[in-house]
Amino acid sequence: MPRIVVDVMPKPEILDPQGKAIVGALPRLGFTSFSAVRQGKRFELTVDGEVTEEILAQARDAAETLLSNPVIEDVVNVEVVEA
Amino acid sequence: MTELPLIGEAIAVAAEPRLAGARVGVVTFPGTLDDRDAARAVRLAGGTAVELWHADTELGDVDAVVIPGGFSYGDYLRAGAIARFAPLMSKIIDAANSDARLPVLGICNGFQILTESHLLPGSMIKNDHLKFMCRDQVLRVENSNTAWTLDYQAGQEITVPLKNQDGQYIADEKTLDALEAEGRVVFRYVGFNPNGSRRDIAGISNAAGNVVGLMPHPEHAVEAGFGPESLDGVGGSDTDGLGFFTSVLTKIVGGDK
Repeated sequence: MPRIVVDVMPKPEILDPQGKAIVGALPRLGFTSFSAVRQGKRFELTVDGEVTEEILAQARDAAETLLSNPVIEDVVNVEVVEA
Repeated sequence: MTELPLIGEAIAVAAEPRLAGARVGVVTFPGTLDDRDAARAVRLAGGTAVELWHADTELGDVDAVVIPGGFSYGDYLRAGAIARFAPLMSKIIDAANSDARLPVLGICNGFQILTESHLLPGSMIKNDHLKFMCRDQVLRVENSNTAWTLDYQAGQEITVPLKNQDGQYIADEKTLDALEAEGRVVFRYVGFNPNGSRRDIAGISNAAGNVVGLMPHPEHAVEAGFGPESLDGVGGSDTDGLGFFTSVLTKIVGGDK
């Protein structure tokens, strides 16, 4: 069954406390090549049947209404992934 | 509803009999923790607390609403994000925006629900230090003209408990400037900013002043012997939070303030 993947990231201008903690932990494990980390969310919406334009539009709407908070987050990607 | 007072001199202000006619709804969502304390605070202040359930489709006969703290829907997705779409919330949003200007107080998770509902601007993200924090917190009352702060003086400092992980208030600079200019920063952290909130903001109001949200917990500071002072002597008194509830009750019954 196809899935619609929605990726949500904290807005660039908003400090991401979790990302900051992760970037602090990486060098302690020897991963020294990364200067910044931002942590986002990935949602997978399963669709029974074909993903029509209407269903995709619904997913975009849901991404803006419920899955993200536009004050602090951006929806950076909405795409269909075939199982 | 007859369990109070717990101890003899619990009621700090002699509740005025006429306040009992004021009915304050307290909303319970799955995962709400502080609904009983909020209802108790309403009763200690002299009012009548009315239990409301998130799935209710009618607000019923209430004169004000408290959205208490906790972890509605487990804080899944974002704190307050799912609760915001509960059937009762749409009624509360309508009533808060109506000409009647229903007084609404959001505490902690309730504040998060109010920002997710767009009744209040901005949002809360994780504390800048990433830890859950529980402490007695000094606040300055910046605006004593809201429905929930009439019984305080502007500039008054109060001490109430604070307990949260997602308490860092953020909004863009334009919104923050507007909040400041319009006197809508209702509470500010004093002495120590416990979560990195912009401009030390602990609580804000909507333009009309009927909707107020804050992260700290006034409903946990309403009874002598159970408030901040008895824990670690930060200052203030055990009952600094009671004014929220007496304020709204007095307003409802048409006080002379």
